[in-house]
Amino acid sequence: MRGRDEGRRRPLPVWLLGLIGLAGFVAILELVPRAGLVDERFLPPFSDMLSALAAQAGTAEFWQALLETLRGWAIGLSVAMAAGVVLGILIGGIPLLRAAMTSTIEFLRPIPSVALIPLAVLLFGTDMRSTLLLVVYAAFWQVLVQVLYGVRDVDPVARETARSYRFSPLTQVRTVIWPTALPYVMTGFRLGAAVALILEITGELIIGSPGLGRQIAVAQTSGAVASMYALVIVVGLVGVVVNVIARAGERRSLRWHPSIRTEVP
Amino acid sequence: MRDPGRGLRILLLPALPVLLVATWWLTTADSTNFFWPPLEQILRTFGETWFTGRFTADVLPSLARLLVGYLVAVALGVGLGTEIGSWRTLRALVEPVLEFFRAIPAPVLVPILMLFAGIGNEMKVLVIVSGCVWPVLLNTVEGVRALDEVLRDTARCYRLRPRSRLVHLVLRGASPQIAAGARQALSIGIILMVISEMFAASNGVGFTIIQFQRSFAIPQMWTGIIMLGLIGVVLSVIFRAVESRALSWYTGLRMSQRTKG
Repeated sequence: MRGRDEGRRRPLPVWLLGLIGLAGFVAILELVPRAGLVDERFLPPFSDMLSALAAQAGTAEFWQALLETLRGWAIGLSVAMAAGVVLGILIGGIPLLRAAMTSTIEFLRPIPSVALIPLAVLLFGTDMRSTLLLVVYAAFWQVLVQVLYGVRDVDPVARETARSYRFSPLTQVRTVIWPTALPYVMTGFRLGAAVALILEITGELIIGSPGLGRQIAVAQTSGAVASMYALVIVVGLVGVVVNVIARAGERRSLRWHPSIRTEVP
Repeated sequence: MRDPGRGLRILLLPALPVLLVATWWLTTADSTNFFWPPLEQILRTFGETWFTGRFTADVLPSLARLLVGYLVAVALGVGLGTEIGSWRTLRALVEPVLEFFRAIPAPVLVPILMLFAGIGNEMKVLVIVSGCVWPVLLNTVEGVRALDEVLRDTARCYRLRPRSRLVHLVLRGASPQIAAGARQALSIGIILMVISEMFAASNGVGFTIIQFQRSFAIPQMWTGIIMLGLIGVVLSVIFRAVESRALSWYTGLRMSQRTKG
């Protein structure tokens, strides 16, 4: 297939094509409602969304909501990371514990975190904590499972060597287990970061805890369609930034790692 | 740090779950706390809550919407992904837009799609499709792009017809990636199934649970949480069974490569 593209003329650089694609998408968003193909009440033209966004950006409420969302996401993700890494190394490092935990983990993991929404509401009301519960629960499993994979991947020879040199358990973790598990930890971080954002927004949308999700729900119920789209675009951009940061962090902390190319599927 | 023996492992497998359930049972046995009713009471209400009409009235419609939405999303994702993955220019053109769509947390699509499709079944299926399609699509693109160069050339040398080339080379080569995307999509699909019903619905599991919570029917609410958990677990077991069947050639290949190296 590649042969068909190449050879005839120099292809345009990838970033330029990407820009053209984005511009085309924006143009469609602008033209389709203007041409009356879709009702403007449902899909306002892109320029309307932009002006709604500009109006939003002028209010303190918007920045407050953005801050709340980012804060909830960061706290939830940090808690999930810390718990996932510590428990993962502990469970993965002790075979007896691992054998005992496997079935429980396999059972608890697929339980959808949204099942906890009613419980969270009863316990914490529309407080930020109820969303935090969802975020931590959802992101924790992503991290834990990756760390467990990572610990299992430790070279048995290296582990035995460390043991015959009588490394203390802490040194073993630091010098043998951690370097092997780090790529998996970073994968867990990347997956967890995306899931945490999804649940953060979900919690705000459904439970009504403060943040961008609640602003979207408010805009929807008050019929401010253009603002709603503007907020969705902002949430999407936050998602893009989160992805980019997670991926950059992964690449940065694994620059030294020989197996960076064999990422876990 | 020796691995525990096989017998011990089989013994340990149910040990912790039994222990956890027992702890829950005992600590709540004579609980008078309104929010944490005794587990015994929850289990007693489970049967009468879900199996006296609710199963067909709420659970099955939810599952049907999930199934339809999920299958449409997988088909759409694989179809578009194969095309986009095979054409370099097309891929470069649409990739930033796709990345943006993937980054939008799917639940915010619920209020948007409500505008277009009301609050009926169409909206819910549409929400599930539009949330599930991105992981499948992007993973398919990755999988198609990373096809083995030698296999690709071999297929060209043997002049495989486009159809068999698609089935035997492209789809099969990309299938591990597609499966990874489909697995992500499944958990997103379950979330969206519940959320679209919590947001606006007249039936479904998510709707019922929220009704219980709002009317402070606490034991019933707990049975709902358990029900959702069971749905999640059963679906993931089914998925894994299908995946291991479809990818048995791949796991075999990986195993042989690993033992060789």
